[in-house]
Amino acid sequence: MRHKGLNKVDLIFEKVDLREVLTKAFRMSSEEIIQEILESGLKGRGGAGFPTGLKWKYTAAEKDPDKYVVCNADEGEPGTFKDREILDKVAGKMYGGMAIAGHAIGAKKGIVYLRGEYRFLLPQLMRELESFHAMIAEIGYDFHINYALGSGAYICGEESALFESIEGFRGEPRNKPPYPTTSGVYGKPTSINNVETLVTVLMIIREGAGVYNQLGTKDSRGSKVFSVSGDTPTPGIFELELGMTVQEFVNEFGDGDTKAVQVGGASGFCVPRKRFTDTIIGFEGVPTGGSMKLFNSSRSMYNVLRNYLDFFAEESCGQCTPCRVGCQQLLKGVEKVKKGEVQSSYLNELVKLAETMKIASKCGLGQSVGNAFRTIVENFKEEIIY
Amino acid sequence: MYQVGNLVKELTEKHGRARDSLMPVLQGIVAKHSYLTDEAMVEVAKELDISAAEVYGTASFYTFLDTKERGKYVIRVCKTITCAMKGKSEILEVLEDMLKIKVGETTSDKLFTLMETNCIGWCHKAPAMLINEMPFTELTPERVVEIIKSYMKK
Amino acid sequence: MINLTINDQKIRVPAGTTVLEAAKKLNINIPTLCNHSDLCVAGNCRVCLVELTGARTLIAACAMPVSEGMDIHTNTLKVRNARKHVVELLLSEHRSDCTKCYKNQKCELQALANEFAFGDTIFLDLVEDHPYTIDRSSPSFIKDDSKCIRCQRCVRTCAELQYISAIAVANKGAHQKISSFHDRPMSHVICTNCGQCVNRCPTGALVEKTYIDHVWDAIYDPDKHVVVQTAPAVRVALGEDLGYDPGERVTGKMVTALKQLGFDSVLDTDFSADLTIMEEGTELLFRLKKALVDGDTSIKFPMFTSCSPGWIKFIEHKYPEFLPNLSTCKSPQQMFGALAKTFYAQKKKLDPAKMVSVSIMPCTAKKFEADRPEMRASGFKDIDYVLTTRELAIMIKQAGIDFRNLEPGHYDSIMGESTGAGVIFGATGGVMEAALRTAYEIVTGREVPFQNLNIVPVRGMEGVKEASIKIEGCTSEWKFLEGVELKVAIAHGLTNANEIMRLVRQGKAPYHFVEIMACPGGCIGGGGQPIPTSMEIRKNRMKAIYSEDEHMVLRKSHENPDVIAIYSEFLGKPNSHKSHELLHTHYVERESY
Repeated sequence: MRHKGLNKVDLIFEKVDLREVLTKAFRMSSEEIIQEILESGLKGRGGAGFPTGLKWKYTAAEKDPDKYVVCNADEGEPGTFKDREILDKVAGKMYGGMAIAGHAIGAKKGIVYLRGEYRFLLPQLMRELESFHAMIAEIGYDFHINYALGSGAYICGEESALFESIEGFRGEPRNKPPYPTTSGVYGKPTSINNVETLVTVLMIIREGAGVYNQLGTKDSRGSKVFSVSGDTPTPGIFELELGMTVQEFVNEFGDGDTKAVQVGGASGFCVPRKRFTDTIIGFEGVPTGGSMKLFNSSRSMYNVLRNYLDFFAEESCGQCTPCRVGCQQLLKGVEKVKKGEVQSSYLNELVKLAETMKIASKCGLGQSVGNAFRTIVENFKEEIIY
Repeated sequence: MYQVGNLVKELTEKHGRARDSLMPVLQGIVAKHSYLTDEAMVEVAKELDISAAEVYGTASFYTFLDTKERGKYVIRVCKTITCAMKGKSEILEVLEDMLKIKVGETTSDKLFTLMETNCIGWCHKAPAMLINEMPFTELTPERVVEIIKSYMKK
Repeated sequence: MINLTINDQKIRVPAGTTVLEAAKKLNINIPTLCNHSDLCVAGNCRVCLVELTGARTLIAACAMPVSEGMDIHTNTLKVRNARKHVVELLLSEHRSDCTKCYKNQKCELQALANEFAFGDTIFLDLVEDHPYTIDRSSPSFIKDDSKCIRCQRCVRTCAELQYISAIAVANKGAHQKISSFHDRPMSHVICTNCGQCVNRCPTGALVEKTYIDHVWDAIYDPDKHVVVQTAPAVRVALGEDLGYDPGERVTGKMVTALKQLGFDSVLDTDFSADLTIMEEGTELLFRLKKALVDGDTSIKFPMFTSCSPGWIKFIEHKYPEFLPNLSTCKSPQQMFGALAKTFYAQKKKLDPAKMVSVSIMPCTAKKFEADRPEMRASGFKDIDYVLTTRELAIMIKQAGIDFRNLEPGHYDSIMGESTGAGVIFGATGGVMEAALRTAYEIVTGREVPFQNLNIVPVRGMEGVKEASIKIEGCTSEWKFLEGVELKVAIAHGLTNANEIMRLVRQGKAPYHFVEIMACPGGCIGGGGQPIPTSMEIRKNRMKAIYSEDEHMVLRKSHENPDVIAIYSEFLGKPNSHKSHELLHTHYVERESY
């Protein structure tokens, strides 16, 4: 297994001459940009990891001239806070990435969907947006960005739920197909990208795909901003090259007593100490939208699991059966096991249920509840039971 | 209970009357009055020409669009894992003691409502909370007391 | 065309077909719950999961369009296990007091449980964790959240078919529920009581409020004379709950059954439907006269029909400024009720205080209508109890009647005679057709110029229908109508009604007379009709209605001998003072939520 070790990188937060990068981008054709992004190997930084270039290619191929670029700034995964920092520090680069996306797919309109929890950032984001609009007008390019705000609903980070929310509805994920590339916000072809993805795009255009894809591994090109929290002496936001093992990560960020790392937040995977060395952080191992939470031996993994399940039972949109009822069943089930009110073998039924949720739920939320459930229950069974 | 007055009209003038104005209009009301009264929701329904049940159904989906009476300052303490690990319970206790209310309740002077909320994106500076839209992080019992005192003086 | 295989059988279907529809063509049954042919796709119950080769997850057959080369399997172990889990999960949220439930053996969840989830329960009971409420506030139906499986058929019905959205999905996650505006009682919101949600609820979460026991009590009370009337649409649908195919006419057997149940007088709402035509037709002609001859600008057009209580409540809530456009005529049910305890009582020498008036209706809104304070013209509650078609079927079963082998009977006299015009009230366009048959003849002295009296342009399932008739050869009294092109429109289902009302509000509706029925297809698709419902079922019932009309000797309301008699003996003439006292009403403005 090829891996890279832990290397700090400075792309996302690096100050750039935005005008220069955009001028370069707007001189490129749509096909050239898409080709560049495809070659870079960039996969979406929100967590799902769909190749960004492919998404743009599909959207660009749509005939409807009325298209949208949507920036997903609904960072809600527990343990993820890197987009807030990007918005706070380099929002201009995100706007630039949106304009590049617009140029690539043929969209003149962009919408940033900002989670309600980050509303306090809005005044400064609007000021920056004003100067951004002024700048691209000077370049002579036509692209306009608006804001839509969330109001506290984790599920709105799911792309089609996010569209529903922008359109003024409950944030309930849609049936797919159709996919956003053909029918996204307002039923129009839409490329929806995460905040970090859009900033990365800008840097790829600036540096060139050849430079960017030197970073990382075959399946996980480039670098990524990690949100590090939990039992660590150095919590915070770090940009790291992809391809390190969990062990290398723990060596850097652990407190010397790390027993597990939750990679990818509540919807991600729990990696126990015995798997640290053979687990790569990336699409060949455990993928992550950036959330890295460390737990030391003082922590009860039952409490961790219970906390996550409580979160999902509240934040499920509630429309589909496996997710709405499944989350409640998992939560109540582990509580009853812990209290000794049902036999510990009931955990096996719950693991089967989690598997059903993975293949039967309508959207990514319900489909990924089982990740944390299975990996915590499998690795820390005794903590759940006793 | 507040009087909704011309607020809904002003907000629909600003944001429009299409369905996609619903969220900004509701957010605008909450920004001013902390929560949505039935009267406000009925007004919004009339202005946007949708049913009041639809307005309620949409609002009730979103944690921050409260449809129950809330105080001027809504405190939302993060309860997700890192904040829970880093002393959320202690912070809540201090708040409950200081405000003489339990989670979910509003002070009798209608100044504060105490709530819990899911991850607000400050795990590296846990525990954290929001008061209305403002985040407060790396909370300690002492800091919480100071913060609340400063809001009481406002 | 798209080629795919389902369970190793090849099939070719048009693009846009869903996997569920394609499977149906191969006679492969995929279970569903949230899916309903009248409604948009939801894909939320996840009962219809099937395996698509190469897909990461199972797919919902109802929501997945076919694509070239798809390889689908509907009955793998993976599918069966997932379906079992889904049904078990639904059951864990559902109060399963099946043996006591009104929908016992008519419940789609129960049927699925029987197939997938018999034996030991897997999951924990969640019912105890939910603060479920049972809302009995409406006189028409009961909303029991503990039976609700969140399929949202009711929400889609209320929004898509009826444009009301009295109920919507509220909250999220574990707290998600189907709610009225801020959980207000259903009696205090914009709900029209149309019962279309009841028709489509797969479980016992929405059921009509039943008055069967009240009616039995009345029947067995020796001091009470119980009069029953049957609405036109009941006779073409009742059979469905008694083992017949949709569209079978069971009029005669129904009459016999009612007599065997012990009703003292078995009479026909068709009679008062004919009466409605006399009153409403005359009202229309008077309005035209006032407007055209007297130049009275206070007369509003179009005039709207007022037979459908769901529609009445809709306009009271949503378009109250157009209440003056409504015909002041009561519905046939209420005309009948007002006459039963006055005219009928006098003729039969009965003490109205000891009469109980029951109506059998295809409708749940009629239960509300009967309770309206305006409906006491006789000095008593004009209609005491309203039963739906479904409730009548239950009573027939309760009484152990062998329905199939009954000899057809005849309605009792005085208010039992009817015409084909009264019968077609049960289908959308029927009131219009009946009104035109009579009004045209009043004005011109000749029959409507349509072959065999069948006014085809006003018939059928199109949502909004328009027609016009040029009035020619008027008698001297109606000369002012000479050459007038009478423009009419018909809408059924309140979403279609709303389309017309939008035009009316914009001043773009050029009609003189508009018929509106709250339910899809008119009363044949009423909220009190047998479950299930679909376009096909409604079309069969409609066909039966028109065939009933064709088989009648009398087909014009003004030729109904009982109607002629009641005017000469009791009411005087249409729109007389006495008519107004007993047969006309007024409306009230209601809140918009």
